[in-house]
Amino acid sequence: MSVENTIGKARSKWMEGTGPDNDVVISSRLRLARNIEGYPFPHFMSEEEANHVINAVRLAVSEKAGAKFPVETEFIDLNELSQTERQILVEKHLVSPQHIESPANRAVVIAHDESLSIMVNEEDHIRIQCFLPGLQIKEAWRLADKIDDVLEKTLNYSFCEKRGYLTSCPTNVGTGLRASVMLHLPCLVMTKQLGAMVNTISQLGLAVRGYYGEGTEAYGDLFQVSNQVTMGQTEDEIVTNLLTVTRQIVSQERSTRKVVLKNNKPFLEDRIYRAFGVMSYARVMTAQEAIKNVSDLRLGVELGILKTPAYDQINELIILTRPAFLIKKAGRPLNAGELDALRAEIIREKLSKININ
Amino acid sequence: MLCEKCQKRPAAVHMTKIVNGNKTETHLCEVCAQVDNSVSFGLDPKWMLQSIFAELFNTPHTENDPSSDAGVKPNRCEKCGFTDAQFSQVGRLGCPTCYDVFENKLDPVLRRIHGNPRHTGKIPKRTGGTIELRREIEELKRELQAAITSEEYEKAAEVRDKIRGLENKLG
Ligand SMILES: [Zn+2]
Ligand SMILES: [Zn+2]
Repeated sequence: MSVENTIGKARSKWMEGTGPDNDVVISSRLRLARNIEGYPFPHFMSEEEANHVINAVRLAVSEKAGAKFPVETEFIDLNELSQTERQILVEKHLVSPQHIESPANRAVVIAHDESLSIMVNEEDHIRIQCFLPGLQIKEAWRLADKIDDVLEKTLNYSFCEKRGYLTSCPTNVGTGLRASVMLHLPCLVMTKQLGAMVNTISQLGLAVRGYYGEGTEAYGDLFQVSNQVTMGQTEDEIVTNLLTVTRQIVSQERSTRKVVLKNNKPFLEDRIYRAFGVMSYARVMTAQEAIKNVSDLRLGVELGILKTPAYDQINELIILTRPAFLIKKAGRPLNAGELDALRAEIIREKLSKININ
Repeated sequence: MLCEKCQKRPAAVHMTKIVNGNKTETHLCEVCAQVDNSVSFGLDPKWMLQSIFAELFNTPHTENDPSSDAGVKPNRCEKCGFTDAQFSQVGRLGCPTCYDVFENKLDPVLRRIHGNPRHTGKIPKRTGGTIELRREIEELKRELQAAITSEEYEKAAEVRDKIRGLENKLG
């Protein structure tokens, strides 16, 4: 296993499409922000200080220092990767887009199954991120907690009794914990129930984000629900709160799917088969169009109208058709038109291997 | 409508976000939305929250301490040199000490965002367990108060002895 492997393959652990409630919950993700005592925060650090932090983390994760992680990891200096390779790490959500904006003095530690990544010198010195398929926020917290225990054996964290873990941005101070779930909610969107739900959810210290195209129709019907409050609650309380609310959204989406399927089957079948038709034959496809069609295909599987593709194939389709992956595949820079053509080609090729009947 | 971030390209992605009942709308072009990485499986809407925070930081909090805006506290961190004017711009602090330096301005904002501006979560093991002890004592003191209020004097005595024991451990 090497960096090459991470960059070359489209799949990560979170894309397996397995896990509890995977008919609605695509993935669960949890991040802990930590800083090392005695250094300014990354955006206000000298190059020398940044290097110290990198070396300290490199030591903290090395087995020589006695670090025992539950998963095997690799330390990657961002400077050693090409821009396209760095972009792939972003498309796989192993690092944030901000992390690769200036790759100097930045690094990332990645687990071989990609369920864990640790960004070094992003907004905070350390960002531990766990990423699992389906509704597994508690499991993600357990993993991040363990990784954090290993790191604090070597590193002296910035911590104060009153304010907890001190972070570069005060919106993260306290636990430094941000947990989120990615949900596919086509039927709540279709029946226009989401707006009212968003209002309720936001009063519980959670935020819902989605992309809105025309009116209230969401872009790809994908939504992220995450906690906004990081202080004054324990990690368990934050995680349980998100879990409880997510379960309610999941059951709402499920019951709505049943009703919609009963009352509007021809309409739904048309939408799903149309998406399949476009994906099977289109010659040019934008990223936005691809996500919309993949979402409809997924709906077909969720409703049982289509038997295949499996969820992991659907998730893979999204990553495969992101720009950096396409450029990597082409082996040369592509303009917008070429990107859209290659995207359509790859989708056609993938779908030709899938027998939906 | 132009993209809020670059002010160059037309806004194509419209996002609504509600934090603690405050609704904000963001309009981005496709390019900036990609950088924000919110399309499909996004990361945190960082810069948005930060800008909300910076805005709150600049708003005088008359219901709290009106003198906090009168420049009683220094506006520069002696450790790292960061100023509160810089904070308003970038929405981040310079170093951990900044939290103490800008305490008067920060705490009311933290209370607004987080409700209870006191950490109750995980504690690094190197702190040697004294924070846990103090938390336990605080909890017992609440129990003691409850026992006294409900006139359970035997229980109150028991709890009081427990508190004394823990306080001795703290030294
Ligand atoms: Zn823009
Ligand atoms: Zn400072």
